[in-house]
Amino acid sequence: MSLTLGHFLSVGAILFALSVIGIFLNRKNLIVLLLLAVNMNFVAFSHYLGDMHGQVFVFFILTVAAAESAIGLAVLVLLFRNRSSISVEELNALKG
Amino acid sequence: MAYTTGFFYLFAAVLLFAAYRVITSRNTVHAVLYLMLAFSQASALWLLLKAEFLGITLVLVYLGAVMVLFLFVVMMLDINVDELRQGFWKHFPVAAIIGGFVAAELIAVVWTGFPSVSASAPAVQGSNTHALGKLLYTEYLYPIEIAAVILLVAMIAAIALTLRHRKDSKAINPGDQVHVKARDRLVVVPMAATQKPAAPAATEEGKA
Repeated sequence: MSLTLGHFLSVGAILFALSVIGIFLNRKNLIVLLLLAVNMNFVAFSHYLGDMHGQVFVFFILTVAAAESAIGLAVLVLLFRNRSSISVEELNALKG
Repeated sequence: MAYTTGFFYLFAAVLLFAAYRVITSRNTVHAVLYLMLAFSQASALWLLLKAEFLGITLVLVYLGAVMVLFLFVVMMLDINVDELRQGFWKHFPVAAIIGGFVAAELIAVVWTGFPSVSASAPAVQGSNTHALGKLLYTEYLYPIEIAAVILLVAMIAAIALTLRHRKDSKAINPGDQVHVKARDRLVVVPMAATQKPAAPAATEEGKA
């Protein structure tokens, strides 16, 4: 039995569902895992349809995700420096 | 073709196991390490899909730079693990139901939706990197410039956010030194050459 598009799409789907569960469970920074699942689908379609444009999209998604995580971690460091905690529930300074 | 299938199942199993451990491990550092494992397995799957450039980029950029940055920040911040784990079992049923729905629906759609694209078309002649580069620098030239600007902006923003000036630093600012005026440093106070004799004070002393 040879590999089909469905195999790779199923892996992507399960990965996406796992990261959705993870976001519900402990609200960590799991957007990287979500993006990985989406990228998996892009690469799979790109391979099976013989179209290189999907891989170009994955390239751009990787670029933007790297920039996003760099800024996100900088904000996290700044937050921890000021509040000594990264718990989102404690960020209620704007609450009236 | 059989060995490719075997490798696919191996990589997919390790990838899903690593993703499962990412969301369930108690230690944040362990979670990031499992995330690195997941990324390496995804890169192997992309190699099976003949996307060599992206697979190698994933290892170099994501495992080599982004994940190490994650690990560095996670280890630097002393995160209270128990605080993050609060409400784990309370949210678990909802999360499991939603996750199961998402997975079942996605698989149901993609497994039955694309029955005709099982035959792999030969994508391009030559290497994958060559084809990708050709496409990136002709058709996608403008978007790649924007991506470069985004990276530059992200770099400047990250540095500017975390830059901290030391209060006790004795370092001098050369710009301030160049722009200093003479009157900032030296104030000439006009005064009379001689002072008046302190006559009234002497008389008051005499009265007392």
